[in-house]
Amino acid sequence: MISVLDHKLLRELRHLRGQVLAIALVVGGGVAVCMMSLVNYSSLNDTRDSYYRSHMFADAFVDMTRAPQRLLDEVRALQGVARAEARVQTSLQLQVGGFDDPVSGRVVSLPDEGEPRLNRIFLRAGRLPDSRRSNEVVVIGSFAEAHDLRPGDSLEAIINGRWQVLRVVGIAESPEFVYVIPPGSMLPDYHRYAILWMAERPLAAATDMVGAFNSVLISMEPGAVEQHLLDELDRLFRGFGSTGAYGREDQFSHRFLSEELKQLRTMAMLFPAIFMTVAIFLINVVIGRLVATQRDVIAILKAFGYSNLQVSLHFAKLVSVIMLLGIFLGVVGGVWLGDAMAGMYAEYFRFPEMLFRVPPLPTLAVVVVGVLAGLTGAHGALSRAFRLPPAQAMGPEPPPAYRHTPMERALAGIHLSQPSRMILRSLERRPLRTLMSVSGIALATAIVVLGTFQFDSVNLMVHTQFSRVQQEDMTVSLVNPRSHRAAREVVRIDGVRAAEASLAVPVRLRSAHRSWRVALVGLTAASQLSHRVDTELNHVALPGEGVLLTEFLLQALAVNPGDLVTVEWLDGSGERSEVVVSGGTREFIGVGAWMALPELQRLRGRGAEINQLQISIDPDRRSDVLEALQARPLVAAVSERRAMLDAFYETLGRTFLTFTFVNSLLGGVIAFGVIYNTVRISLAERGRELASLRVLGYRAAEVDHILLAELALLMLVGIPLGWLIGQQLAILLIWLMQSELYRIPLLFTERTLGLSATVVVLSALLSGVVAVRRVATLDLIEVLKTRE
Amino acid sequence: MTETVFEARGLTKVYGEGELAVHALRGVDIELYAGEIVVLLGASGSGKSTLLNILGGLDTASGGTVRYRALDLVAASERQLTRYRRDHVGFVFQFYNLIASLTARENVAVATEIAPDPMDPDEALAMVDLQSRGHHFPAELSGGEQQRVAIARAISKRPAVLLCDEPTGALDSKTGVRVLEALARVNRELGTATVIITHNAGIAAMADRVITLSDGHISEVRCNTERADPAGLSW
Repeated sequence: MISVLDHKLLRELRHLRGQVLAIALVVGGGVAVCMMSLVNYSSLNDTRDSYYRSHMFADAFVDMTRAPQRLLDEVRALQGVARAEARVQTSLQLQVGGFDDPVSGRVVSLPDEGEPRLNRIFLRAGRLPDSRRSNEVVVIGSFAEAHDLRPGDSLEAIINGRWQVLRVVGIAESPEFVYVIPPGSMLPDYHRYAILWMAERPLAAATDMVGAFNSVLISMEPGAVEQHLLDELDRLFRGFGSTGAYGREDQFSHRFLSEELKQLRTMAMLFPAIFMTVAIFLINVVIGRLVATQRDVIAILKAFGYSNLQVSLHFAKLVSVIMLLGIFLGVVGGVWLGDAMAGMYAEYFRFPEMLFRVPPLPTLAVVVVGVLAGLTGAHGALSRAFRLPPAQAMGPEPPPAYRHTPMERALAGIHLSQPSRMILRSLERRPLRTLMSVSGIALATAIVVLGTFQFDSVNLMVHTQFSRVQQEDMTVSLVNPRSHRAAREVVRIDGVRAAEASLAVPVRLRSAHRSWRVALVGLTAASQLSHRVDTELNHVALPGEGVLLTEFLLQALAVNPGDLVTVEWLDGSGERSEVVVSGGTREFIGVGAWMALPELQRLRGRGAEINQLQISIDPDRRSDVLEALQARPLVAAVSERRAMLDAFYETLGRTFLTFTFVNSLLGGVIAFGVIYNTVRISLAERGRELASLRVLGYRAAEVDHILLAELALLMLVGIPLGWLIGQQLAILLIWLMQSELYRIPLLFTERTLGLSATVVVLSALLSGVVAVRRVATLDLIEVLKTRE
Repeated sequence: MTETVFEARGLTKVYGEGELAVHALRGVDIELYAGEIVVLLGASGSGKSTLLNILGGLDTASGGTVRYRALDLVAASERQLTRYRRDHVGFVFQFYNLIASLTARENVAVATEIAPDPMDPDEALAMVDLQSRGHHFPAELSGGEQQRVAIARAISKRPAVLLCDEPTGALDSKTGVRVLEALARVNRELGTATVIITHNAGIAAMADRVITLSDGHISEVRCNTERADPAGLSW
């Protein structure tokens, strides 16, 4: 049987439905962001783990120029090695019918018989290639989808300088290419970069690797020490052109996936924390008000012998219902958003299938924290009510004590109307309440700032990268290191305006125990096409000696300009050089290390060789240039700046901005929740006074003025405060979210400030309309004839 | 006592509809004259508050006519009623309805600031013997004092009529007498037509006329030959 108190509870919920819904929306917003991130995080995490397990993703990797088969046995004999598998891989160029842009890729061998023991592929369609046929390939899903390739289609390819027609027999994914990015890039490009698999026999024949291999995959025994094994592998493959053994942490796809997961975890912590703070504040105010209006009811209950605990439980139920409603909305909304986001992740993280996980324990934690947050909010109001002896509480509430305020004395010279005095005194009489209202508005503003500043920041990021840093139209990678003559050859192509030579060398930078794998790029001192920029985005000249590092890398290696770093040349030589760090650069996308070309060539000691060209072209002759470049045997791959820009917006940009958009939207919801409640409470507390004014002959508009002017004052303080808080939170967010993939620059434009203020003001207007309608329908007689 | 301030004919008021309809007024004919004090007596639910609210422009009639001088209160718009309250009517309620955040003087100023021909707030406070308490907030005043501030606020605009709904209802006899004295003084000095609702028959002696309502009708109109001084009243 439902008790009388429960009936009362239900009626109150119905009576307060507007406020209940507003609070539930705020709570729901916080919970939704939290759940979205949790669902994404655990879905991606579980999907990755299960994929890695079921497809035997390797623990360690070594790439080299060429190693004889017998070395594989030595690898298998190393301590800690569970499995090892050798394979052949090489870069290639592709031509796809109907697509003129240059396409580069990598072709990886599969065992002639059976499945690979490590890095198994997942066949989406078709079959594995037949080792007796030299032209059969399996294509990665991202590329197949981009070009609508199906088993039976054909591709033209240049492998090891030889042109051949390949037949697609299957479409597949692989745990080592979950995040498919061209070498040297930070961004996926599904149209212009492909991964292919071919049977080992034909691929070895095509690349002159019969009886040899150039890539080893290793899985470790449980308990094996990775660094120890990597050192052993380096020792074993020294002299075979090894670029250095590396673990999963340095494997590109894994690394980016981990970064993404790390960011999701950050999002799952930071945003809900902010949203929940706002919700607690709201609960506190609303419940406080509710309890205040029920002081006589509480007194009567207590007079009849209900204990504090029983009365508390009653209100705890009320709060719990509101919180649970919000949490329910949040969980459902968050799971739905998480599902939608997972669809987007599935587009650029290539998993065979996306597992969908709602993590039970964290979800339970969200529910518990949510309810506790609400109860904390109610606690203060209840303990105030309990302190009152029943007899006193049953009598009429004495008029609240006011006094002349310091602000009034400060404004003594100015004539204030009585309504203005009412506003000022009520704000000053309850400084804590005023502070909380201002904080609520400020936090709402801050959340919107946090959501929207990133739009401008991402634009700045792109602008810096693609119009200040990378000013070349194309980057041409050469098949083998060449002399500077290659630049002269390319610049003669019709449509090429300028070509600058550069040298990119894989290295591992070390400082004490910290290290980082990166391409060290040598640029000509007078480079006009590739610039480095400082924190003010001004161009930084290349030093004659020493290396420039991305700020992120300076931090990761814990070095400062003037310090020495060790450069390990990942060319199999095992040689090292000491180089001085000459400065830092501000790149928002990727990390890098640069030095003057002659200095790099000197350190390498291999003469004046280069392996990349940055070129600028006549935009009208783009396709001619591309055709001419692809016809040149020295060209290994061509990447275009424009394509990178597109790729950025298509992948990272899109996900990031979607996330951001969702946050801004929820920020708007919070803003509304906070302001609506502020207005409703103010209206409830003022009802009697406002009615008195109406009876005295004040027009409805004059009475509205009191409510709205108070709100305006609160916003006048709250919004700028929100900008400040938003800025601080943004700094925190940027700091937490920085990764080697990208760093969001801190940028506050008028647009961000304006947009956040607009969202808050719109919420206020909407709430204001509610208030105005209430004032218009105020039942004057009812209000005035009853004792409050 | 010739000018007619209010004139109502066949005034009805129905709350709700159908079977649930409550007939608060069932055809009331009444006139009120300038400068007189009228006491409305009646049991709870007799319709006296409804009548007062309609006269004061706080409520509208369901049928009949009611005029304040030339203004038809039944046909008046919301805006006209607001204007009417602002310029011509003063109200005093049982629960004083002072604004807690304003001092006594400021509570009076709330009314004078929007009135066309107000008296000085201090003058209004003086009329209720509270000139020395002008800087006190409601929380610092006794119940009787708060009600006198409410009277000062109501009369500070020099209204033609003062409508009081149970002005002494929340007060003890001694304090109530001081409030009634204030009302009598205002009536005497400003000539404000005053209607006082009470269920306390003892107050009737201070009126020129005593009108009794029962069940939505006027059941009795009695004229006092001589108005009693409130100081001599007790209940």
